[in-house]
Amino acid sequence: METPQTPFNFFTVSYLTRIGNISAMTLSEFRAGLEHCSDASIFHHTFQTLSTHHFLTEGFSNDFAQWVLADANRDALAEQLAALDIRDYSSIAALRADLCMVVRDFCEQHPEFANQSTLEPFFFCESIEVTVPLGRAAKTLDEFREGVSHLSHSSFYFHFISSRLRLQLRTNDFSHWLADGLGLMTLAENVNRIDVYTNTLDSAREKLLRLVDRERRKHDGSADREPHLSR
Amino acid sequence: MTAVQTANRICLDDYAAVIGAGEIEELRILARPLLGRRVEMVNSTAVGGGVAEMLNRIIPLAQDLRLSFRWDVITGGEDFFAVTKAFHNALHGAPYHPQPRDFEIFREYQQRNLHRLPLDAEFVVIHDPQPLGLIDDRPPGKNQWVWRCHIDLSHPNSVVWDFLNSYVSRYDASIFSSPEFARQLPIPQYLFYPAIDPLSEKNRELPAEFIAEVLARYQIDPLRPILTQISRFDRLKDPLGVIRAYRIVKRYFDCQLVLAGGSACDDPEGAQVLKEVHHAADGDSDIKVLELPAWAPLEVNALQRASSIVIQKSLREGFGLTVSEALWKKKPVVASAVGGIPTQVIHNHTGLLAHSVEGTAYQIRFLLSHPQIAARLGERGHEHVKENFLITQNLKRYLTLFLALGGAV
Repeated sequence: METPQTPFNFFTVSYLTRIGNISAMTLSEFRAGLEHCSDASIFHHTFQTLSTHHFLTEGFSNDFAQWVLADANRDALAEQLAALDIRDYSSIAALRADLCMVVRDFCEQHPEFANQSTLEPFFFCESIEVTVPLGRAAKTLDEFREGVSHLSHSSFYFHFISSRLRLQLRTNDFSHWLADGLGLMTLAENVNRIDVYTNTLDSAREKLLRLVDRERRKHDGSADREPHLSR
Repeated sequence: MTAVQTANRICLDDYAAVIGAGEIEELRILARPLLGRRVEMVNSTAVGGGVAEMLNRIIPLAQDLRLSFRWDVITGGEDFFAVTKAFHNALHGAPYHPQPRDFEIFREYQQRNLHRLPLDAEFVVIHDPQPLGLIDDRPPGKNQWVWRCHIDLSHPNSVVWDFLNSYVSRYDASIFSSPEFARQLPIPQYLFYPAIDPLSEKNRELPAEFIAEVLARYQIDPLRPILTQISRFDRLKDPLGVIRAYRIVKRYFDCQLVLAGGSACDDPEGAQVLKEVHHAADGDSDIKVLELPAWAPLEVNALQRASSIVIQKSLREGFGLTVSEALWKKKPVVASAVGGIPTQVIHNHTGLLAHSVEGTAYQIRFLLSHPQIAARLGERGHEHVKENFLITQNLKRYLTLFLALGGAV
């Protein structure tokens, strides 16, 4: 395990939800909304909803899919929207393009549904992000474990989920530091594989901590053979 | 010019057992850049009503963060409150033809209150339309004014709204309880959900003996399923529809129905609805129509906790916080898809939604037949409230708003 040049600095995040001026009462309007809403709106209804609804681990993926299912009553389209995995995207533009493509294709294939009124309108909102440093940093795997175990949901979400957009990489803050800072490539990869859709934030954190503990035990076991090991 | 003194000191650390120590620590960290900066909240009453109830908890919590939060109440005569009550109903879509004198009365009392209140804090938060005109005294460019609208503005009387909008558009930001309740405005509109206090008498854990005592007092059998709707005796809460749904369910399950609400003695329409409810109950001893005292939080809490299923079959609704109260108690909820209810009841995830009497009855039957699903909905509902509808979240949203408006981050 390497000694990191820069410590892992823990932050917290808080979001304000801003109500936008776009709403949709049909799938056609929804498609137009997806094309014209702000990036902060796409973020709000996909990335941010994983924080506010993290406890839903079955069949809830993002606000768009949920509305299409519950209010537009179009199960197949809802499934397609739900299948878009934010871990595959490092930019909002790419995510928006795929969302638009899925809805556009559906409307073109099913023009009879495109202009049907939905039960309730969809209101496009957006997230305003405020980040504050927690004043805690980790230089070792032990300190990292201790820091992660005490994070709030929002802080964990910030580092584990929304960081993907900030880094513009298909990874998260934790994995990024574990790989780049400590040289623990396998651990970083395993952490990055934790499914944010089928786990709550709490269970995702538990899995992460278990992976870290396994790594620590590995190094404990080999400590005699590697006396230079940084802990 | 004395600020409202809240009833109790509330310690934020008491909430650690509910939301976790990490969340409390982060509230304290978020509050740090706001230390020494003043916030003034203004509304129209210190007691009664949801806004006063919320401020009575938010202000002490903010003070526990060592923040300088002050709460002021405007004063007004009967003529003022008659006008603002008419405005309130008109904003909800009730028919109303305002006279020029109504607007004069509104303006006169704003001027009178301008001389009473400091309104010099860095962040001034005005609650609801009654004190909206205080912005007339705003010093140019010095502080940030926020309008917190707790009511549904989706179908307002256009004359009243045009009048009020001339004030609203001069604010720096506005806050609504649901995107549906908002208007197209030239200022930013933020979404703050209403919130419940998990440590209040209405929501805290209760001893089993107390719950049993309440059931015994109202002759409710704890061994048979209890369906409950807690709400005013108001046509928009559709108590007659609830009785019809219960009668359908009763064909399949030997259940009881509790309809509990505040006393209707000083509300002529409520008294009439109550009469109709008794008539519809038609002497069925398994329908308990309870007129609770005006403030009976422990009884409401006990009835919700004792329920097998909580119903909220409203025809129209504001946010409907009784739903969050039930979800917090891990109760399966069957509710109408109106107002703010679908925000709380995510269909098939945190409860079940219905659109008719028959649909309500079917969802109740389904949950009584599948107690494991009912329990799972209740568990998820609890998590949903914990994440989104607790007063600590409300406080966090205010801190975040002030940080964003004040450019402290």
